[in-house]
Amino acid sequence: MTFVDIGTLDDIPERGARLVKTHAGTVAVFRTSAGQVYAVEDKCPHLAGPLSQGIVHGSRVTCPLHNLVIDLASGAAEGPDGGCVRTYPVQLKEGRIHLGLDAQPSEKVA
Amino acid sequence: MPARQKLVIIGNGMAPGRMLEELLKRAPRAFEITIFNAEPRVNYDRIMLSPVLSGETTFDDIVIHDDAWYADNGITLHKGKRVTRIDRDAKQVIAADGTVAAYDRLVIATGSSPFIIPVPGHELEGVLAYRDLDDVEAMVKAAKAGGRAVVIGGGLLGLEAAAGLRVQGMEVDVVHLMPTLMERQLDTAAGHLLRKAVEERGITVHTEANTKAILGRNGRVTGLELEDGTVLPASIVVMAVGIRPSAALAAEVGLEVGRGIVVTDQLMTSDPDIFAVGECVEHRGQCYGLVAPLYDMAKTLAATLIGESAAYEGSVTATKLKVTGISLYSAGDFAEGEGREEIVLRDASNGVYRRLVLENNVIVGAVLYGDVSDGAWFFDMIKRGTDVSDMRDTVIFGQNYAGGTPLDPMAAVAALPDDGEICGCNGVCKGEIIEAINTQGLSDVEGVRAHTKASASCGSCTGLVEQLLSFTLGDAYNPAAVQPMCGCTELGHGDVRRLIVAKSLKTIPEVMQELEWSSSGGCAKCRPALNYYLLSTWPGEYQDDAQSRFINERVHANIQKDGTYSVVPRMWGGITSAKELRAIADVADKFDVPTVKVTGGQRIDLLGIKKEDLPAVWSDLNDAGLVSGHAYGKSLRTVKTCVGTDWCRFGTQDSTGFGIRLERFLWGSWTPAKVKLAVSGCPRNCAEATCKDVGVICVESGYEIHFAGAAGLEIKGTEILGHGKTEDEALEIIAAVIQLYREQAYYLERIYKWAARVGYDTVREQIIDDVARRRDLFERFVYSQCFSQSDPWAERVKGGEAHEFRPLADLTQMAAE
Repeated sequence: MTFVDIGTLDDIPERGARLVKTHAGTVAVFRTSAGQVYAVEDKCPHLAGPLSQGIVHGSRVTCPLHNLVIDLASGAAEGPDGGCVRTYPVQLKEGRIHLGLDAQPSEKVA
Repeated sequence: MPARQKLVIIGNGMAPGRMLEELLKRAPRAFEITIFNAEPRVNYDRIMLSPVLSGETTFDDIVIHDDAWYADNGITLHKGKRVTRIDRDAKQVIAADGTVAAYDRLVIATGSSPFIIPVPGHELEGVLAYRDLDDVEAMVKAAKAGGRAVVIGGGLLGLEAAAGLRVQGMEVDVVHLMPTLMERQLDTAAGHLLRKAVEERGITVHTEANTKAILGRNGRVTGLELEDGTVLPASIVVMAVGIRPSAALAAEVGLEVGRGIVVTDQLMTSDPDIFAVGECVEHRGQCYGLVAPLYDMAKTLAATLIGESAAYEGSVTATKLKVTGISLYSAGDFAEGEGREEIVLRDASNGVYRRLVLENNVIVGAVLYGDVSDGAWFFDMIKRGTDVSDMRDTVIFGQNYAGGTPLDPMAAVAALPDDGEICGCNGVCKGEIIEAINTQGLSDVEGVRAHTKASASCGSCTGLVEQLLSFTLGDAYNPAAVQPMCGCTELGHGDVRRLIVAKSLKTIPEVMQELEWSSSGGCAKCRPALNYYLLSTWPGEYQDDAQSRFINERVHANIQKDGTYSVVPRMWGGITSAKELRAIADVADKFDVPTVKVTGGQRIDLLGIKKEDLPAVWSDLNDAGLVSGHAYGKSLRTVKTCVGTDWCRFGTQDSTGFGIRLERFLWGSWTPAKVKLAVSGCPRNCAEATCKDVGVICVESGYEIHFAGAAGLEIKGTEILGHGKTEDEALEIIAAVIQLYREQAYYLERIYKWAARVGYDTVREQIIDDVARRRDLFERFVYSQCFSQSDPWAERVKGGEAHEFRPLADLTQMAAE
């Protein structure tokens, strides 16, 4: 696992998300009103909706396509349908966000 | 057919109102009915004046019988006419303005008047009682000007008045003669709990305080002086120290009068053709000031009038303090006396207090503070005289524990006997409600209210009614119809809208704090609704919260199933040009737009645009003069038109021109749900205006304005709203009805649903009949448009919200280095 500096906390609107493009696909990085940062795959387990575009409330996001509610910490979908989205570890250091990704063979290690 | 008997009623309060309902139900054509009402208005629910004062409800919501009801039932209602004389020999009544009505039977229902303490200064302007809508209006007006109020009287009414004035923003002092508040109902300890709760609301309480004089200058109140010399400055003084029956008219004509008009168990006065009902009567030495006994009397009187045998035998009364956030219930008699015992439960940390007064193992009085859920159960036992010896040890803990094991609420309702009372205000018992649910096919609380009156007055039994619905209908009961707006609150949309205005709440966190949201930051259901309510209530003041908007409104395009977006530029009234079409074609080429489609609203949809391309697409469209069509928003969508007099041989008016004018006037406004218009140039209706939210059909004489149509999930033809003689008049009507909808509807409620809920006639009355109201609505709409008519696309082309359209980081690029 490698942690990559992707930007500052202020780059993400409060209760919003920004995207990070990676080799493994697009990752949505969320900032909650409490100032926590979570990263999950930008793909709803239901019908692959872009979770980054949803409304963020508490530490959850509601998918914009069909209103599935995803817990950002665990990636689990609420409700009877279940499903889970992949989560990525995040570290906050002095206001900068570091996203944990599996090391890519071709990637330069920072 | 024999001539119908003439029934004349003096007074139009809740007691005669209920009596008439009972009478019309039993014998709709038995009497020719005439009513004299000294107040210039229809019958309304007086016990709901406190929520009107605090702004939690409005006068319109508490009207029991509107003008139409009197007309429908063939009743002559003289509004604003005070009866000054009864001629018992000629059997007629005479009003102050000379109106005369002959009677066979006369009902006196003059109610009561507030007791005004005759201290010096009691006649100054600004000294009010708390009795009718005029008092409430005077209080609201005083509150708007700010300043301080003094309420004399720390009983039920006084505290409700104080709380209401405080909510309206005044500094309030309560002056109470006795050592503790509501001493008739509460003992010292509970009085202190209540005092603490009242003071926590920012109200100052003075107990053992005797008013010496009301002070004034130039005939207006300036303050109040207590016996101990304390002076409390005030711009209004409200006296809420009690009521006395209004029996003067009856006394003048020689009817037997004690404290009130003396009546028999049949509600007959000392003249066998004259009856009395309500707060003006004295029955078995007792006068009543609460609604439940009045309704009991009303029932008996209706039966008596049509010759059925019935007797009123007095009432045990229960009452509830209507101050949001303070729960207090008291029933029966709590005076101390020989052979009376008390059971008291105190839980100071939870603010719970209960006191039962027992006589010979029968509960005769109950006071509940903090948790009042068992009120109905205790009240039922008081009325039945249930012997509680068997459960004496546990009875104070309430119904759930009295049986030894806790019961779930449904079982508690199931265990109630059929004649167990559910609604104390209206005296409706369980059996009646279940029968109405079954025979009328009722499925929600509104239905039960309409058919039985249960929960229609103070509303404190709503929970019980819901449980009964659920108990009777099982899974068929869908409480969603009356559900809270989301899981974060117990309040419905209507309550939230009212409280935002009443409490002047101006941000989402403030709403959540004040209205006690149960989640920390709301959810995807309530946040967009609150954002809209605040935006429409406080135009120019409220700062839109982008993060509380659905993605479509955040990026001004429609998200599609694959995460791309569709873009629809505005085409005013459906008119376009070669230049616009060329710009659209160029955009389609340049950005590889996979699908270009003509929409049902007469414009062009570009589908499949990548999010990061949106600003560039808009920039190109802007350059050709095209702006956002809001095809994504809960806002004005399109105004569809036909070609009207410009080209059509049948056109009667310039429907295209008017459509364009309407769209240019209305665009950009946020609404509870989408709003679509159409203007047809003649009744052939080529623009299909009669299934739109608002539709116009041009005719020779002007513009026929329709509303409340639907052609989506449901199909519904429009209703006629009214007629505009000129374009200007039509425009004013349309903007006003949209503004009314913006102010009243629940979020996501289309115009047709809103109009059906509030009533088509109500909308017509406010928009068509009441020209001043229409003008106000129109002006509020115009004002709010000052803040909404800027093209969101252009703002983003200039760099607004740029973060939305760029990734935070592109690690694929970095890796490729």
